Amino acid sequence: MSAVTTSAAIARPALPAARRLAPLVILGLLALLPLATALGLPAHWLTLVTRAMIFAVAALSLDLILGVGGLVSFGHAAFIGIGAYGAGILITEGQTELLVALPAILLVCAAFAAVTGYVSLRTRGVAFIMITLAFGQMAFYFAQALSAYGGDDGLTLYEKSTLLGREIFANRTGFYYIALGTLAFCYWLARRLVASRFGRVLRAARENAVRVTVTGYDVDHVRLGAYVISGMMAGLSGFLLANQTDFVSPAFMSWQRSGELIFMVVLGGVGSLHGAIVGALAFLIAEDVLSAWTQNWKAIFGPLIVLFVLFTQGGIAGLMTKLRGRRDG
Amino acid sequence: MAEPALALKGLAKSFGALKVTDGVDLSIAPGELHALIGPNGAGKTTLVHQISGTLRPDSGAILFGGTDITHLPPQKRARAGLARTFQITSTIASLSALENVALGVQAHSAHPLSFFRDAARDEALNAPAWEALEAVGLTERAHAPAGSLSHGEKRALEIAMALTLKPKLILLDEPLAGVGHEEGERLIALLKSLKGRFAMLLVEHDMSAVFALADRVTVLVYGGVIASGEPAAVRADPAVRQAYLGEEV
Amino acid sequence: MTTSLLIVQLLNGLQFGILLFLVAAGLTLVFGVMDFINLAHGVQYMLGAYLAVTFVGLTGSFMLGLALALAAALLLGLVLEFLVFRHLYEREHLDQVLATFGLILLFNQAVKMIWGAAPLSVPVPEFLSGNVRLMDGILYPVYRFALIGAGLGVGALLWFVVEKTRTGMLLRAGASNAPMVSALGIDIRKLFMIVFAFGTMLAGFAGAMAAPILSVEPGMGDTVLILAFVVIVVGGIGSIRGAFVGALIVGLVDTLGRSFMNDLLRLFMAPASARATGAALSSMLIYLVMAAVLFVRPEGLLPAKGRS
Repeated sequence: MSAVTTSAAIARPALPAARRLAPLVILGLLALLPLATALGLPAHWLTLVTRAMIFAVAALSLDLILGVGGLVSFGHAAFIGIGAYGAGILITEGQTELLVALPAILLVCAAFAAVTGYVSLRTRGVAFIMITLAFGQMAFYFAQALSAYGGDDGLTLYEKSTLLGREIFANRTGFYYIALGTLAFCYWLARRLVASRFGRVLRAARENAVRVTVTGYDVDHVRLGAYVISGMMAGLSGFLLANQTDFVSPAFMSWQRSGELIFMVVLGGVGSLHGAIVGALAFLIAEDVLSAWTQNWKAIFGPLIVLFVLFTQGGIAGLMTKLRGRRDG
Repeated sequence: MAEPALALKGLAKSFGALKVTDGVDLSIAPGELHALIGPNGAGKTTLVHQISGTLRPDSGAILFGGTDITHLPPQKRARAGLARTFQITSTIASLSALENVALGVQAHSAHPLSFFRDAARDEALNAPAWEALEAVGLTERAHAPAGSLSHGEKRALEIAMALTLKPKLILLDEPLAGVGHEEGERLIALLKSLKGRFAMLLVEHDMSAVFALADRVTVLVYGGVIASGEPAAVRADPAVRQAYLGEEV
Repeated sequence: MTTSLLIVQLLNGLQFGILLFLVAAGLTLVFGVMDFINLAHGVQYMLGAYLAVTFVGLTGSFMLGLALALAAALLLGLVLEFLVFRHLYEREHLDQVLATFGLILLFNQAVKMIWGAAPLSVPVPEFLSGNVRLMDGILYPVYRFALIGAGLGVGALLWFVVEKTRTGMLLRAGASNAPMVSALGIDIRKLFMIVFAFGTMLAGFAGAMAAPILSVEPGMGDTVLILAFVVIVVGGIGSIRGAFVGALIVGLVDTLGRSFMNDLLRLFMAPASARATGAALSSMLIYLVMAAVLFVRPEGLLPAKGRS
C-alpha cells in the first residue's frame, strides 16, 4: 500500500524538452521541404533528401543494434543490398506488386540476419566486427556472381514497384512523402521497441551482459532478435532505394557502404535514434556538396572522419549537449 | 526432511595447476543463512561463480532444490530462483534504480520480452519493483540512475534485484565490502529482516556480521572445506584458529 | 592434365595463402596485444606495392627498390601511428573502426591522385624470371616460387622472434593478458610500437612482393584486408600459428574453389547452371568455411593460449 503512495509521491523526472521535441522538429522540417522547392529551392534537393531519408531508415536500423544493443556490425549494407536486389529481381521477372515484393524481401532479410547473426553472436568485440564484415562481403560477392541479373555491372530497372497496380512511386513528390512516411513509421517503431521490455533488456545487456544473464535472460537471444529486426528494416530501405535509383548493383552492399552507415550513426550520436536520421541527412548532403565541388572528395571526407573521431565524442547530439552544458554551467 | 535448498557434491575446479575448488561438499537448508568464510584467495568467489553458473566446474555436482543444475546456463538458474549479488557491485548504471529492479520483475513475468508496450510505465512491473525498493529502503532514490547511487545503496539495490527473482537462494558475495560503518549496520539489519524467507549463502570477511547473521558457517582454505557447523563450534575449531592465526575470530 | 592443373593450383593457393599470412600476422598481433582494430592495415599493403612501383622504376633494381619501398612504408606507418593510432588505443572499437575507415578513404583517393586510377605493375626481376619445369608439361614461374620461399622465410623468422626471444615472450604474454604485462612494469606503448612497426613492415613487404604478379591499383588493400580478417577469425585472434594455418586454409580453399567448383558441379548439373552456381558458390566458399569454423569453435582453430 505504502509503495503505491510513495510511487505517486516520487514522480518520474520528465525527459528534457530538447530530447522530446528534436524528432518532431526534424520530421516536421522534412515534411515542409517540398514547399521550399515550390518557392524556388532546386528540385534536385527533393531527390537528394528522398535518398537521404531512405538511408536514414538504414542508419536508424543500424542504430538499433549498434547504439542501443552495443553491437558494432560492419556488414549492414548487405541488408540494403538484399532489399534492393529483391525489388530488382522481382521487377525484372515482371512482378512489380509491392504486396508481393515487400513480404518476400523482409522474409529473406530476416532469414539472412538469423543465420549470420547466430554465427556472429558466438563471438565478441573485434571478432564480431570482422565477422559481420566478412558476411557482408559474402553477400557482395554473391551479387557480383549473379550474372543473370547483371553481375558486376548491376541491373537497370525499367519499371518501379506498384501498389495494387497503382504506380505510387512514379511521382517525385509522392515518392518523397512515401520515404518520409516510411522513415517516420520506422522511427516510431524503433522508439517503441527501445522503450519496451525487450528494449530494456537489450539496453541493459549493452552495459552489463553478465548482470542481465544472472537476472534470468538469454542475452544472445535478445541480441539476435534485435539483429533480425534491424536487418528487416534495412531491407525495407533497400527496397525503396532500388525504386528510387531504378538501378541495383553490388556496390549497394560494398563494405565502404557499411562503413558509411556506421559513420552516419556516430555522426548523429550513437543510440539516440533521431541522431541516426540527422547523421544520414548530414552525410548525404555533405557527400553531394563535396562531390559536386571536387571528384577527390573522399580525400577530404576521410580526414574529416578521422578528425571527427579524434576530437568529438557523442556525435552531433553529444556536441549539442556539450554546448548546452557549457551554456548552463 | 525437506530437500536442501542447495547441495554441492565433490565440486572441483582448477586453473592450470592451481586447485581453486577442491572437492567441496556443502548443504544449505531452505531458509538457512549460511556463511562462507576463509582467508583471501581461498576460492570463495570462484565457488559463487560456479554455483551461479558463470563458471563451469571441472567435476562434481550442484543440486538446487534437489535438481541437478551443474550444466544449466546461468540465465536458467536465475529463472529457477537462484539469485546473486556481486563482490564488485553490478548494476545497470544508466538505468534508474527502479528500472534495475523492474528488470528482475520482468524476467519472471509472463512476457519477459514483449515488444511495443512502454516498460517504464508498466504498472505490472513497477508495483513489485516499488515493493522491492521499499524492502531495502531505496524508495527515495527510485528514479536516480543506478550509477549515481552510493556504494551502500548499490549493494542494497543488488539485494532488491535479487528479491524480485522470487529467490529460493541468494548468493551474497561480500555485500559489506567497501561499505561504511553506518551503511553496513543498515545492510546487516536488512539481511536480518530477510532471514527465513529464502536460503542465503553469505560470503563475508566481516566476522562480526557473520556471527550476528549466520545459522551455520563453512570455512574454506585453499579451495577445500576445513570446518563446517554452528558458528560457536566453528569459532572454537582449532583448525580454523590455525588458518586464521593472527586474525581475530 | 587435371593432375598438372591441380599441382599448379595448389602452388597458387599456397602462394596466395603466404601473402595473406604476411598481412594477417601483423594484424593478429595488434589485435591480440592492444585489442586495437586497424582497418588501415590493408593500406599498408597497398602502399608497399605502390612504393615498390615507384622505387623499382627509379632505381632500376628490384632488390634496391624493394628495400627503399619497405623503409618508406615503415616510415609512413610510424607517422600514422604517431598522428592517429596512438590516440585510439584507449578508445572503443567503434571509434577505432571509424577513424581507420576514414584513413582508408583518404589513402585510396590519395593513391588515385598520385599514381592515377589505372592499374600499374612492376616487371618481374631478371634473375627471378622464367619458369621451373616441375614435370612433363608443367611449368611454374620462378618468381612465384621465390615469393613462397620468401614468405616461408619470413614466417620462420617470425616464429623464431615470437617463440624464442624475450620480446616475443612479452608479445605472447601481451596477446593473452595485456594488463598483466603492463603490471610487470613493461612499457606497453613501446611494446606496441614494436609490434606495430613489425606488422607494418610485413604488410608492406607482402604488397611489394605481390606487385610483380598482381595489378597494383587503388583499393587493392581492402580485399586483402577483409581476407586477412577471415584468416584471423578462422585461426584465432592473437595467434601467429593460427594466422599461418588460417592463411593457408583460406588461400587454398579460395584458389581451388575458384578453379574446380565448375567441374565439380558439372558432374551433376547442366553446364550453364553449373557455371552460374559455381561462380556464386566459389566466391562465397571461404566465408562459408569461416562460418563453419566459428560454429564449431567460436574462438578459432588455434587461439592464443590463455585467452578466454
